[in-house]
Amino acid sequence: MTDNKNIIYGINGPVVTIKGRTDLSMMETVLVGEKKLVGEVIKLDEKMTTIQVYEETTGLRPGEKIESTGAMMSLTLGPGILTNIFDGIQRPLLSIERESGAFISKGSNVEPLDTKKEWDVIIDVKVGDELKPGQVYAHCDETSAIVHKMIVPPGSGGKVVEAKEDGKYTLNDVIVTLRQSNGENRDLTLCQRWPIRVPRPVSKRMGVVRPLITGQRVIDTVFPIAKGGAAAIPGGFGTGKTMTQHQLAKWCDADIIIYVGCGERGNEMTQALTEFSELVDPRTGKPLTDRTVLIANTSNMPVAAREASIYTGITIAEYYRDMGYHTALMADSTSRWAEALREISGRLEEMPADEGFPAYLPSRLSEFYERAGYVETLGNNEGSVTLIGAVSPQGSDFSEPVTQNTKRFTRCFWALDKSLAYARHYPAINWNDSYSEYTQELKSWYEENVSPDFPKCRERIRSILLEENELLEIVNLVGSDMLPDDQKLTLEVARLVRTGFLQQNAFHKEDTFVSLEKQLKMMQVILHLYDKCTPIIAKQIPISKILQTGLFDKAVKMKYDIANNELEKFDEYIADIDEKLGALTAV
Amino acid sequence: MEITQKGLQQINGSLVVVEGVEDPQYEEMVEIEVDGGEKKIGRIVRIDGERVVVQVFEGTRGISMTNVKIRKTGKPMEIPLSPEILGRVFDGLGRPKDGLGEIYPTCRKDVNGGPINPVSRVYPKNYINTGISSIDALTTLIRGQKLPIFSVSGLKHNELAVQIVRQASIADNDDFAIVFAAMGVKNDVAEYFRKSFEESNVLNRVVMYLNLSNDPIIERIITPRCALTAAEYLAYELGMQILVVMTDMTSYAEALREFSSSKGEIPGRKGYPGYLYSDFASLYERAGIIKTSKGSVTQIPILTMPNDDITNPIPDLTGYITEGQIVLDRSLDGRGVYPPIGILSSLSRLMKDGIGAGYTREDHSSLANQLFAAYAKVQDAKSLAGVIGEDELSATDKLYIKFGREFDSRFINQGFYENRSIEETLDLGWELLSLLPRKELDRVDEEILNKYYKG
Repeated sequence: MTDNKNIIYGINGPVVTIKGRTDLSMMETVLVGEKKLVGEVIKLDEKMTTIQVYEETTGLRPGEKIESTGAMMSLTLGPGILTNIFDGIQRPLLSIERESGAFISKGSNVEPLDTKKEWDVIIDVKVGDELKPGQVYAHCDETSAIVHKMIVPPGSGGKVVEAKEDGKYTLNDVIVTLRQSNGENRDLTLCQRWPIRVPRPVSKRMGVVRPLITGQRVIDTVFPIAKGGAAAIPGGFGTGKTMTQHQLAKWCDADIIIYVGCGERGNEMTQALTEFSELVDPRTGKPLTDRTVLIANTSNMPVAAREASIYTGITIAEYYRDMGYHTALMADSTSRWAEALREISGRLEEMPADEGFPAYLPSRLSEFYERAGYVETLGNNEGSVTLIGAVSPQGSDFSEPVTQNTKRFTRCFWALDKSLAYARHYPAINWNDSYSEYTQELKSWYEENVSPDFPKCRERIRSILLEENELLEIVNLVGSDMLPDDQKLTLEVARLVRTGFLQQNAFHKEDTFVSLEKQLKMMQVILHLYDKCTPIIAKQIPISKILQTGLFDKAVKMKYDIANNELEKFDEYIADIDEKLGALTAV
Repeated sequence: MEITQKGLQQINGSLVVVEGVEDPQYEEMVEIEVDGGEKKIGRIVRIDGERVVVQVFEGTRGISMTNVKIRKTGKPMEIPLSPEILGRVFDGLGRPKDGLGEIYPTCRKDVNGGPINPVSRVYPKNYINTGISSIDALTTLIRGQKLPIFSVSGLKHNELAVQIVRQASIADNDDFAIVFAAMGVKNDVAEYFRKSFEESNVLNRVVMYLNLSNDPIIERIITPRCALTAAEYLAYELGMQILVVMTDMTSYAEALREFSSSKGEIPGRKGYPGYLYSDFASLYERAGIIKTSKGSVTQIPILTMPNDDITNPIPDLTGYITEGQIVLDRSLDGRGVYPPIGILSSLSRLMKDGIGAGYTREDHSSLANQLFAAYAKVQDAKSLAGVIGEDELSATDKLYIKFGREFDSRFINQGFYENRSIEETLDLGWELLSLLPRKELDRVDEEILNKYYKG
């Protein structure tokens, strides 16, 4: 069989066909046409081979050659991934810029990682060592914050027959050679290749036990997510999906952040780029970019690469997980990925299911979210991949297929609400519609690591909000003046919870990230105030007297007035409450 | 390339099928000569070997299976460009229609453009002073932004667009220009824009691409692309500040739907093609600023929401791509408020980085937040008043109702020729907030309250 048999027959958008039988295999990467556009085989039958092309097909003509590469769509995994910004198929956008200027041109053939850069590599094995898959054979400082560990790729392993000295090496230098059990030698360089659609194997999956701490009160306290968990953020336009994702990417306590801008705005990626490089990680004191990878396939970049970008992101996340890191992937937005599936499915003239989406949408979504998890790696380390996917429901209608199916496969649901966003209550996570199934599993962690009081406070805060919800139904009918004072008190406390606790200002330097300790103290102040007011109301003292003390107004602003490192100030608040309310009852 | 092909296999709506075309290119332009006279332009939209589907922009009226000759051009759709295009009027396919003759191009550009590399973009930060309070204070327009106007039929979206263009251009210096794309709008509307540009003495800095409501529908798919290509040329090659007004995106989407259904594609929501999002994105994402040029492209697309429904795919998908939206509200218009901007559903995503000390004024962001929060409470108070009557409201709620009225009539409402400076606008905002008790203002720092609150 020769390659020149494979020539283009038909072209329809990103879908290209070859007539007749071919020797290409399913999911194989091919180079299409004279410009060698990257494509992938997605359908094979006797009469036709169908290929989706990851770039614009304008100008392509029938008769041009299609080259096979013999490999599935794969990534190059090695040092140099962090701080980089890639397109959906791991082409560094900076290299593309150097090659073609401000506008992306077709057929950019650039190396995924810098092959010329020299890394200070320390070799961790010596001749005669027996290596298993997943074991570390060398490491280097990839950035000031992260050590890159080179691990034996899954499926290989054996006895070390040659190992280089510590020193400076580039990406493709052979540093260790293994004799495999089948007698063949295998050279290990600083990097390895892995197909994006195949999950990287692990030793075993473990239960989730630790939260991903985000510094966002409504998430950490009310709807926590576990390391290794999966969460969905659905919301119409303008409800703050991207803002929430950015906040998580900036402040969550994962070691590695992978931010996938999938079919979203170009300016947002530019913003992420500039903002992340200016910010400092509160835990390591190093720039945030040192732990971050950006994958940008904006809405006007080719649709097929958008479909691949999600897999590119998760494969990188798994690779770092295998080194024993906790990674978090933010995908903004999975709806655009689903739409890419729909668009290609439509071009293939497949039978559509709900709203034109292909029937395999649920299975694709579940495959994706199942790649999250807390695992023991092949090298016997603990690592995790946490997935946070934004969903952009059409017409803000949560009953549409992408939202519904995502809900089935994630255990954390942060529903963004338009009316909260209209009132500029951010993050606009609606406390009535959202849920987290991780609360119970994480309860003991909070008890041991923050305070035994934490889960209790959390429950009380939630029940205040629920109570408010019921009371508001009455208020909407008769007005709040008709309520008895004890219920008015509940409403006031609930208002305090909403504006003083749940609402968080991402642009305020003290409020953008809040430690768990401060979150606890804030809840305690609010609940203390509530507990102290209740007996006063019972003594028939009108609520207006309580409000006149200014305690509520002061508590609303405690998020701004008390910095993360001056938690002792909360005692003053408690003392102030005791004093002013004591004065009321003394009269 | 002078390969000519005679005859057609099939005609279906705006699509024709030609067989035996040698060496066709995907998205290549073709010329269709009807009866040896009239020439139409078409584009190859699908290839199956030698069988080719061509989309005819001017419609297939008059075409028969035998009376045509098809000539390939070997090029994708391009328009001629030169600095001379300023002040000119073109049709929906970029051909002069003002009778002033052809232009002498310094270059020709593919109308499809190319995606801007995200690393080559400059994050937009400079605000554009439109002189309209509700926009400047609450949905600030930033240079390089795409900020659509969501309107409904019968409202004054054209007036608003004209006022924005007029007042924004006054503030600007010499390098500004306006690119105007009309898709399926009435002749009167296009004429209204032309006259308004003339009145404000900017006509020689306007480029117009007009596809009017009686022009061929399929041509509409190309019109905004021509306009944006011209805008990119003026901005990135000549370094000008470009404001692109595109109206009406609803007609554009409908043309796309018609084209898609005649192609037999599987429809998504409401019959619109599944790729409507990607297609919109290929237009809207052409706004921005790039590192290598001092120019910028700012977009103000206008769309009318079918049936006043913001969840319709056209406004919905637009909102997911653009950086905010200005939503016009019929009930405000009914009360005689101009411009009838419903501020709660309006939003400018880029505003947070383009306002504050050094850009507008230090208090801007707190003031805007507080106005939004207070106005949201006005709505709550109003709906409660609807149930129990205004007299029964609490004292605070009554103040909110008062604030709401004043806000509508003094802040949102302003004259068509009234150009307010940013200071005037922000001071007016504080004057109105001062109607409310100080303890209600929970979005503002003490320091700023002390300085600006006058209640």
